[in-house]
Amino acid sequence: MAVLSYIQAVTLALKEEMERDEKVFVLGEDVGKRGGVFRATDGLYDQFGEKRVIDTPLAESAIAGVGIGAAMYGMRPVAEMQFADFIMPAINQIISEAARIRYRSNNDWNCPITIRAPYGAGVHGGLYHSQSIEAIFANQPGLKIVMPSSPYDVKGLLKSAIRDEDPVLFLEHKKAYRLLKEEVPDTDYTIPIGKAEVKREGTDVTVVTYGLCVHFAKQAAEKLAQDGISVEIVDLRTVYPIDEETIIQSVSKTGKALLVTEDNKEGSIIGEVAAIISENCLFDLDAPVKRLAAPNIPASPFAPNLEKEFLINTDKVERALRELAEF
Amino acid sequence: MDNLSNELLLEMYREMLLARRIDERMWLLNRSGSIPFVVSCQGQEVMQVAAATALDKEQDYVLPYYRDLGVVLHFGMTAKDLMLSAYAKAEDPNSGGRQMPSHFSQKKNRIVTGSSPVTTQVPHAVGIALAAQMEQKNIVSFVTLGEGSSNQGDFHEGLNYAGVHKLPVIVMVENNKYAISVPLNKQVACDSIADRAIGYGIHGVKVDGNDTMAVYNAVKEARERAINGEGATLIEAVSYRLTPHSSDDDDMTYRTKDEVDQAKSIDGLHVFKEELKTKGILTDEIDKELEEQIKQVINEATTYAENAPYPEIDTIGRFVYAEEVK
Repeated sequence: MAVLSYIQAVTLALKEEMERDEKVFVLGEDVGKRGGVFRATDGLYDQFGEKRVIDTPLAESAIAGVGIGAAMYGMRPVAEMQFADFIMPAINQIISEAARIRYRSNNDWNCPITIRAPYGAGVHGGLYHSQSIEAIFANQPGLKIVMPSSPYDVKGLLKSAIRDEDPVLFLEHKKAYRLLKEEVPDTDYTIPIGKAEVKREGTDVTVVTYGLCVHFAKQAAEKLAQDGISVEIVDLRTVYPIDEETIIQSVSKTGKALLVTEDNKEGSIIGEVAAIISENCLFDLDAPVKRLAAPNIPASPFAPNLEKEFLINTDKVERALRELAEF
Repeated sequence: MDNLSNELLLEMYREMLLARRIDERMWLLNRSGSIPFVVSCQGQEVMQVAAATALDKEQDYVLPYYRDLGVVLHFGMTAKDLMLSAYAKAEDPNSGGRQMPSHFSQKKNRIVTGSSPVTTQVPHAVGIALAAQMEQKNIVSFVTLGEGSSNQGDFHEGLNYAGVHKLPVIVMVENNKYAISVPLNKQVACDSIADRAIGYGIHGVKVDGNDTMAVYNAVKEARERAINGEGATLIEAVSYRLTPHSSDDDDMTYRTKDEVDQAKSIDGLHVFKEELKTKGILTDEIDKELEEQIKQVINEATTYAENAPYPEIDTIGRFVYAEEVK
């Protein structure tokens, strides 16, 4: 077992799936010879050739749409959006097409495409290289949205996404690419889509979050443990459709819920989590549900002080948790 | 025409006529309150059947747009299938009553499901061609759209992709001169939609969409080029939309009856019929027989569809995602 970074886990999952199934191929901007601007497809071009690691013209709707066509034919395309911010021209293809193909054909056709995209701030990306885009897609039945929080999860979830019979939006936090490292087995394992995971068990407060924020929640929980505050962490892993059961179980047990996202607060994934808690856990709650999110501005600004203000970090999570624990 | 057998020519005529008569029946059913919506093929049957006949219906993929009754009939959809769709019945193979009529789909015949936002099917056709090429299959994908739709980004993105990767795609723009109410000269400034091919480095050709053999030959040649690895072709086939945009439109608010009557006088279906008669391939007797057969087929299809059950209410939530095999 080797220690891999988050992005190395992406590359390994792609490589293993392409070796396993010749119907799996990669397409996107700069994914071929260059190996991706973040190096997510590093080495794949040399190993599998230009026919299976395709440098496409610079046109996101075609990257999605051509992938969708190939998926309907029976291939397993993995399309890369260079930055999640650039997925906007492909929204019609993803929502009107990929997400509806099975339903609108009454199960005659399906669309097993995976669309990968790096999201999130923290790398001086400014307004258009930093966005969280999951909420835009999170009320589209037919689509699944996976947002892994660690290298181990990346490998298992990306394999599941590629093998899934339906379209999966696979969102990778770009700050996590080189920040997060852990041991990743070289065996062929998968992690089920649609299931949350309790990343840390606790009794006083539940944090429900996903993606890079799980990392901050883990660090905050360590600090609070030193003061005798026991924090449970629920990592959604799949943010759409949401695993309601795991959330309900955890919040019913602790009676307190902090919901964390790097996305803008209003209309985000955690708003839906709050609704699930209020529908199911009202009489188990010992405090109002608390949300920690980015301010309601379009995206993270470029100036370093403003970017820092925008972002979630361990201190912010710790403060919010203390407030909730003391309520 | 001389290179095609009389049987094939007659069969093409029968399919064109079947498309026209199904479409006419649907208008009657709509106006009598039996079905909620019709969007027509009338005026475009010739190009649709001629193009589809030039393809390999046992292997090629078609990505029709909503007027392509002639294309889907040739590829194996039946009058009954179409009526089931018009009535939104459970047995409708297109969508099981989920989509509006004319959103064609039937996997067993390689008729690829489509949506209502126009031109999204062009990149899909390119993707299917890409997949077929990866699998080393000697097939093409054939995709159609209206001339107004050739302004969409997906048209440009799809054709550019097909051009760069030299993919076996045939794109046929069915130029019927109107995008709902907006005429051609307010849609494009170029002389010909086919000229847009130059910008993508692919072959472009403009044909008279009322001329059966011109369309047949253009698609046949495009298919040969595609199979020979010479890449995609953009075909512009020009005709005229003889009906309003749909059963909810009133075309007399933006064009004149004289203009429509003028177009009817050169209706490709009648032109083809007269050609076949002149050559002695079609006789009044055969024509009468065909009309009677078609009428019977449509009557049976209509009665069947009218009496068929709607989807069960409890199926509304099915097939959002793959269902686990139990």
